[in-house]
Amino acid sequence: MRTVTDVVCPFCGTLCDDIEVDVDDAEKICSTRNACIIGDNKFMTAQASDRHLHPRIRRGGELVECTTDEAINKAAEILVNAKHPLLYGWSSTHCEAQEAGMALAEGVGGTMDNTSVCCHGPSILAIHTVGISSCTLGEIINRADTVLYWGCNPVNAHPRHMSRYSLYKRGFFTERGKSDRTEIVVDVRKTETAQKADIFIQPEQGRDYELMNALRVAFRGEPLPESVAGIPRADIEKLAQTLKDGRFGILFFGMGLTMTRGKHRNIDIAISLTADLNKYTKFLIMAMRGHYNVAGADHVSLWECGYPYAVDFSRGFPRYNPGESSSTDLLARKETDAALIIASDPGAHFPIDMVRTLASIPMIAIDPHVTPTTEIASVHIPTAMVGIEDAGTAYRMDNVPIRTRKVVEPPEGVLTDKEVIERIHRRVMELQGLEVPEVTAVKVPPAEAPAPSAFDGILQRAT
Amino acid sequence: MTSSDPVLTANLITGRTIEQGVAIEGWKDKQEYVDAAGFVHIDPSEFKTLNVWPGSSVSVKSDYGEVVVRAIKSPYGPHPGIVFIPMGPWANQVVNPDTNTTGMPSYKGIMVTITPAPGKKVLGAIALIKMTTQGGVEA
Repeated sequence: MRTVTDVVCPFCGTLCDDIEVDVDDAEKICSTRNACIIGDNKFMTAQASDRHLHPRIRRGGELVECTTDEAINKAAEILVNAKHPLLYGWSSTHCEAQEAGMALAEGVGGTMDNTSVCCHGPSILAIHTVGISSCTLGEIINRADTVLYWGCNPVNAHPRHMSRYSLYKRGFFTERGKSDRTEIVVDVRKTETAQKADIFIQPEQGRDYELMNALRVAFRGEPLPESVAGIPRADIEKLAQTLKDGRFGILFFGMGLTMTRGKHRNIDIAISLTADLNKYTKFLIMAMRGHYNVAGADHVSLWECGYPYAVDFSRGFPRYNPGESSSTDLLARKETDAALIIASDPGAHFPIDMVRTLASIPMIAIDPHVTPTTEIASVHIPTAMVGIEDAGTAYRMDNVPIRTRKVVEPPEGVLTDKEVIERIHRRVMELQGLEVPEVTAVKVPPAEAPAPSAFDGILQRAT
Repeated sequence: MTSSDPVLTANLITGRTIEQGVAIEGWKDKQEYVDAAGFVHIDPSEFKTLNVWPGSSVSVKSDYGEVVVRAIKSPYGPHPGIVFIPMGPWANQVVNPDTNTTGMPSYKGIMVTITPAPGKKVLGAIALIKMTTQGGVEA
């Protein structure tokens, strides 16, 4: 029996880095400590006896097992034969695989998009418009005395967010933890997060934009109507005063704003609201990122081509125009003729009309699990689970990069996401008649990792 | 459905639950995923309108599609007029695919009508996707 410490949980954007995993002598994961129920389940089911380990290819309408080489070859043929392939997902894998994916997307002239498109894509569009004042979660631990959750439900979606960073954690200027903080929740339902709040505001659905504008009016002490978005004037004025009275405030926001009518405009106004509050106090804003490395997917795309998501390489250079080059819109308009889906499940999470398009075109699914996407794919290649069977870099919701750990070896014959993408790319180059270099886009790691310095330890604990 | 059948008109929102979070890691082809995401939360006060028992099958219909899920009393009420389905293949049968040229489909704020669906089964995720995309048979 051995215990792996400081394991990073590969589920949500909170990216908890204090997990302990017990592994028995047969290299089976047998228990975890510190993880939430979702994280614990991810580790405990990783080695399930019914996990699908062999690539499959569609023959005669059925997915049948095949060799890895067959699956890689078929995947490459699909991409090479397509006029405009879509390469989508990337948020539940590490930055190294994402980097390889960018090279592949450029090589096949496809559109490279990640799951930001259906989570915080609107937030990115808003940031293009009005900028953003944000911080790291360490700042929240140590300073935030006013915590506003708007349109998000961390108890369900980021279960350890409140205990690790925002509410219960004791910090340098928040020595008493929750007692030193005021929690405010704005949501259309009284969720578990709202049930714990000091102040709960329940606006009418889809009217967040108006309510935030009303708060901006209230900050200035200007007159308001009797009620806005179903919230009485007195409550809006009281909330405005509470936000102004804090010493250091943070607005966490989620899908309640990005998916609701208004979309990026809701985030525009939320960022503007926090900017206004800085006339009276210190106030910042942060997106509650969902997938554990969706922020990393944006970063990799940004540093590779200058755009964070929805990047179209079909003209030989990167173009970015969400609404036109986004995967959702491409599928809705049937403007893609092949797809490679990795580390996400649009079959379950895209509107059904878009899934119908996916099902009607040749599609490669790269996923450790059987999902609705894999079951309508032309090729399914199961891979190792990042953060459990493969190490790599992921970005936390506050854009802090953290190295995920490898706890156990992947099952025999199962490749990592990065290996699969690179092998497909090499085969694509062969089919395109290009010279295939000995090693493509691979940074050879040092033979021995440098000994950890004291600074490494401080960094790990401080974040 | 006839004109005398009970109908609930509501505003649908979709989103995460912790059970759905557990079920998406390795359980998508199993009954656990159906239990975690194949339901609709309805305000307790509206069950009389619908004239069904909690746990019964209901049909949720929008301009974009239709799906059968279980009706569950919402623990987060009161929120009359609002119903909730966890994100997943069941919710996505009825959400609005319009992105308003932002890339983001409209996953919240969809007008739906809910009617009792006695005897109708809530399909598993894989069977549902196969049926609605490939015309497969009900599993």
